[in-house]
Amino acid sequence: MFGLLGPNGAGKTTTVGMLTTRVRPTDGRAIVGGVDVAADPVRARSMLAVVPQRSNLDRSISIRRNLTFHAAYHGVPAGEAAARADELLDQFGLRERGDVKPDLFSGGQAQRVMIARALMHEPLVLFLDEPTTGLDPAARLFVWDRLRELRERGVTLILTTHDMHEAAVLADRVGIMDHGKLLALDPPEALMRGLPGSSTLELSVQAQNGDVPEPLVRALEHLAGVERVEAIHDDTPDGDGAERRVRLYVSGEASQLIAPTATLLADRGVTLSGVELGAPTLEDVFIHLTGRSLR
Amino acid sequence: MSAAAGIVVGVSTPRVSQGQAFRAVLRRDLFVTWSELPVFLAQVILQPLFLLFVFGKVLASLGYTQNGYADLLFPGLLALTAVITGMQTLAFPLVVEFGWTKEIEDRLLAPMSTALVAGEKVLFATMRAVTATTIMIPVGILVLGSIPWRWSGVPLLVLGLVLGSLLGAGLGLVMGTLVVPQRINIVFSLVFTPLLFTGCSQYPWPSLSKLPWFQVVTACNPMTYVSEAMRAALVPSVPHIAVWVCIVVLIGSLSALMWIGVRGFYRRAID
Repeated sequence: MFGLLGPNGAGKTTTVGMLTTRVRPTDGRAIVGGVDVAADPVRARSMLAVVPQRSNLDRSISIRRNLTFHAAYHGVPAGEAAARADELLDQFGLRERGDVKPDLFSGGQAQRVMIARALMHEPLVLFLDEPTTGLDPAARLFVWDRLRELRERGVTLILTTHDMHEAAVLADRVGIMDHGKLLALDPPEALMRGLPGSSTLELSVQAQNGDVPEPLVRALEHLAGVERVEAIHDDTPDGDGAERRVRLYVSGEASQLIAPTATLLADRGVTLSGVELGAPTLEDVFIHLTGRSLR
Repeated sequence: MSAAAGIVVGVSTPRVSQGQAFRAVLRRDLFVTWSELPVFLAQVILQPLFLLFVFGKVLASLGYTQNGYADLLFPGLLALTAVITGMQTLAFPLVVEFGWTKEIEDRLLAPMSTALVAGEKVLFATMRAVTATTIMIPVGILVLGSIPWRWSGVPLLVLGLVLGSLLGAGLGLVMGTLVVPQRINIVFSLVFTPLLFTGCSQYPWPSLSKLPWFQVVTACNPMTYVSEAMRAALVPSVPHIAVWVCIVVLIGSLSALMWIGVRGFYRRAID
C-alpha cells in the first residue's frame, strides 16, 4: 500500500490522473500493472480501478446494478458478476440496500459502494482518492479494515490523502510531493526516523527566580545528539521553586539522552520533576519537507 | 473474511474486447431508458404531439389553415422529432455527467477507447430518436385521422430519419461537450428555439421565396434538409429541395459536427 501525500495543488491529482489514463502526460512513461498507460490506455484500464473522493455512482440504477454493469463493462460474465456483487455487498454491509439507488446514500455508504464497485473486475492496482475524508470514525475504521484485507490479497493500493495519521497507519511506503516533484519516498517509520531534530525530550525542572537559567540551557545544548533547546514559557506563576519546562530537540533516539541530562541537572543542583518523550509524526516530516502544513 | 477469499487477484490479461465493453455500455443506456419508459415517451412525444394537434388539427378545424397543410406539416414534425430527440438525449445528460455528477467516469475507465464511449452515446441517441420518430407515425394517425403515406417513399423516409437522428445526436454531442453546466440553461434556450423554428418543419423551404432573408436563414439550419427530405419521401408533389442536395448537406454537416463533437468529448474526458 502506497500513500501519496502533498498539500493542495501539489500535483497528486494530476499524478493519479496520468496513472489512470485520464490525464495525458506531456513527457515520460508510466507503467501500471505492466502496461504503459499512455501507449495502451485501453489495456491499462482493465488493470486498474479508481475510487474517487466524491461519489460518481450511476444514479439511474440500483447499487447492485452499479456493480454488475461495471463488471459487464470489464467483460466479467453475468453469472460471475452477480455472485461477486452479492459477495461484495455482503462484505461491505450493504446487502439489504442492494436495490436502492445511490441518491439516497450517505457519504460513507457511497464510499463503500464505490470500493465494492472497483473490486468487481479484480483490478491489480486500486487508486483511492481521500478514501475516508468526511466519514465518521466508525465508517473510517471499516474502510481501513477493508483496505488492509485487500492488501493481504495482493492488490496494490495507492492512496492519496491529506490525513497524515491515515497514511502512517495504512501505508507501507509514503511519497511526499509538492509543486509536482516527489520530495521523499520511504516507509513512514524511515521518514520519521530520518527527520533531523524532531524527536523531543521535554524536561520539567524547578526554576530559580522564575526562569530557567541561561547557562543551563547552554549546557544542555552541548550534550551530544541535542540539536536545539527551547525554554517553554507558559502561564504558571513565577517565583522560586515554580516548575518550568525545557524542550530538547534531538537527532537520534530521545530516550538515550535521559541519563546524560539527568546527570547534568544533578551536577548543577537542579531538581528534575518530569520527563516526557515526543516522537516525530509524519506531519512533522511533511512540514519539514514542504515548509507548510497540510491545510 | 471467508467471503472475500473467493475473490482471486492476479488476472493480468484483459478479458474483454472493446466491442464487448461497448455493448455493455449500450445495454446500460437501454436498460435505463426501458426502466423509465413513461418518462421517455412523455419527454419525446409531448412537444410534437401538441404542435401537430394545434397546427394540424385545431387551426385547420377553425379554418385558419388551408386544406392539405397537415400533410406538409406531418413530415416536418417527423424531422423535428428526430433532430430534437437526438439532441436532447445527448446534450443535457452529457453536460450533467461531465460537469456535475461525474457519472460518466465509470464508463471512461472501461477498457475501451474514449472515441468509442462518444460513439456509444451517439448510437444510443440515434436509436432513441429513431424510436421516438417512429412512434410519431401512429400518433399522427390518431390525431389527424390520416397521414400522407407512400410506400415507395419509405426508403427515403428511413434514410431521412436516420440522418436526422444522427444530426440531432451530433448537435447534442457538440453542445454537451462545449457547454459548461452553469451556462446550460441559457445556451439551451438560445439554440433550441431558433433550431425549432428555422428548420422548415412547419413550412416547405421553396415557398419561402417570398421572404428571401428568412430563406437564407433557414438554409443555414441543417434541420431544414431533414424536413425537406421527409417531404420528398411522403408528399413529393409539394415543392422541395432536391433530395441529393439534402443528402450531401446532411452528410457534410454530420461529418463536421462529429469531428467537433468527438474532439470536444476528448477534451472533457482527458486533460
